[in-house]
Amino acid sequence: MQPTKEDCFIVEGKLALPYQYFAGRTGSRFLIALRDEKKIRGIRCEKCNKVFVPPRSTCERCFSDISQSWVDLEDTGTVTGFTVVRYEEPYQPTKPPYILALIKLDGADTPIAHIIKDIPLTEMKLGLKVKAVFAEKTTSTIMDIDHFRPQEDG
Amino acid sequence: MADTLADVEPMIYESQISVPYSWWAGDTASRFFRSLRDEKKIMGTKCAKCSRVYIPPRKVCPSCFSENPEWTEVSDQGVLQSFTIARRQLASLPEKVPVILGLIKLDGADTGLLHYLDEVDQKQLRIGMRVKAKFADNRSGGIRDIEYFRPAK
Amino acid sequence: MDQAAIIGVGMTKIEANKAGDTFADMVWEAVNKALDDAGMTINDVDNVVTTSNDFWDGRTISCMAVGDASGARHKNASCVEGDGTFGAFYGLTRALSGDYGTTLVTAHSKGSESISSLITNAAFDPIYERAIGMDMITACAMQATAYLDRTGTTPDQLAMVSVKNHGNAKQNPLAQLPMDLTVDDVLKSEMLSDPLHKLDCSPVSDGCCAIIIANQARASKYSGRPVWIKGVSFCSDSYFLGDRDLARAPSLAQAAQSAFAMAGIKDPATEIDVAELYDAFTYQELMWLEAMGLCEDGKAGSRLESGDFHRNGRLPVNPSGGLLSGHPVIAAGLIRIAEIVKQLRGEAGGYQIPDARRGVAQGVNGLCGQSHCVWVLDRDNQEKEIG
Ligand SMILES: [Zn+2]
Ligand SMILES: [Zn+2]
Repeated sequence: MQPTKEDCFIVEGKLALPYQYFAGRTGSRFLIALRDEKKIRGIRCEKCNKVFVPPRSTCERCFSDISQSWVDLEDTGTVTGFTVVRYEEPYQPTKPPYILALIKLDGADTPIAHIIKDIPLTEMKLGLKVKAVFAEKTTSTIMDIDHFRPQEDG
Repeated sequence: MADTLADVEPMIYESQISVPYSWWAGDTASRFFRSLRDEKKIMGTKCAKCSRVYIPPRKVCPSCFSENPEWTEVSDQGVLQSFTIARRQLASLPEKVPVILGLIKLDGADTGLLHYLDEVDQKQLRIGMRVKAKFADNRSGGIRDIEYFRPAK
Repeated sequence: MDQAAIIGVGMTKIEANKAGDTFADMVWEAVNKALDDAGMTINDVDNVVTTSNDFWDGRTISCMAVGDASGARHKNASCVEGDGTFGAFYGLTRALSGDYGTTLVTAHSKGSESISSLITNAAFDPIYERAIGMDMITACAMQATAYLDRTGTTPDQLAMVSVKNHGNAKQNPLAQLPMDLTVDDVLKSEMLSDPLHKLDCSPVSDGCCAIIIANQARASKYSGRPVWIKGVSFCSDSYFLGDRDLARAPSLAQAAQSAFAMAGIKDPATEIDVAELYDAFTYQELMWLEAMGLCEDGKAGSRLESGDFHRNGRLPVNPSGGLLSGHPVIAAGLIRIAEIVKQLRGEAGGYQIPDARRGVAQGVNGLCGQSHCVWVLDRDNQEKEIG
């Protein structure tokens, strides 16, 4: 006899794993500058003439160590991609709907992902000029940038 | 990259990966758990080719790679195949140490079942000793419906 | 089969906590050491295999996160979950396929970032077993009980494995735990789960290893001295511990037999000059030695006592210090291969085994040695064709 679905047990569980992510030497420098100086810093590959942010120790293009060539970036940039997140998940940093965007900071060649506030959803557009708003309390994470907002003259 | 962090404060992102998960026990395990819960019976599956009886029950015989079509009840008593006494409170242990973990081959089964041992003097523990299941008073359809194994009288 | 060789190896130092390095930083270091060792640049690498585990990395699809540091950008890159020896096996088949002349294989993990007891508990079946709360230490302790009971090996003999390997590590600058120990120190260390004391268990570690495998046509094109892969095999046992005889390792016996046969070795106990085995726990070194036919069944403990497996013994085992002196999960087996390569090239420094010609390395996947991968390596390529 085939069991009915009601007869079938479910073992409810949870994959719950505390985890400490060590930011490493490069990531630590980036986070400390954010926390202590409210500065966003990137790393330049001199060979490829590219500025990476978030910074990484090595250049994936020319395979060289770039961990020492730090550059200060502006806290302003341009939106190169975005979406409006309308579904809710427990890991999200803010309540939907919200704008998730790729922002290329002035002076950088790679965009960072962050959220954009203070703009009606309907007015959101590619190419929008935005500026970082720093969090009042530091968490020593990328969320020390609380969000980006449109530039006044953007 | 191995140079020191002397001039850099190492930053740590404290986090927790926490994903709810529902494991569907499937019809074979569900039948096993129903028997445990409702009748205090330990049921195994039997391979049609090699006649090996699997506890915990599997739908397929890993030796013959064919189905185990038959159900058979095995004894609530068996032989201790191996054991350990966990003494450090390892994060995985839901019970307070020291706890005795054992691998028990029940009479009528061909494979061992992992479970707890209790009501036993640690010095009496030995491979080959006879043990018997103690069923939990409140059974909800899970492997802990057997509370633990203890020496058979 | 066609011939293939390992032409470069690179390892980071094994440490309790590499706070200064991310996963990618460790991989970068090991890969560049392997490239330097082989006398190659990243452009000479035809394809990449990364080996990792999502739980240990605290990240899903973890293998892709180290691709950049492996030089995998715009290359064929593939991933293996499990011990590095299995990643290397996959890398070897790619080199032998004819499509790729060289394969870069990496393996990494950081034990320091999470809780190994919870990670290994999650390896147990969630429906029937996980609620019992076992992890790698308690499961292996149960296996140790069964092994000691069957063979009559003693806790003192287990302790001697720890004394030997921690002592060997004093010559290995990359080892995490070089230590001067006595049998008494081991037996007096905390009992974690009977019969395993703290010093019977390998530590939690961070580290990475990279090797470069080349087919015959490419093996001698670079300055790195090739070490030839003469036999490789792996074999797996049942998943459920209760389905196995925990006191024996038939899957390792089978993997070893077929790897030695492929290498044309008839009596491994006399024909192998050096072994690097997967000693995650002291009893495992002895149990694996017996299963591999490197020692008579049940006799490894007494052979160890008489000095056979010491650096100056008949068959030196884990002259690098083994996993007991540093155990980055996933990388651990690949490190065994890299250590044998160093031995056969005569580059093992203070722990060099004189005139080592032929060596064996072993990796393990799964609880209590469910699956084993055995590599037989040779300094020379003059023996008869294998296949
Ligand atoms: Zn570059
Ligand atoms: Zn069968």
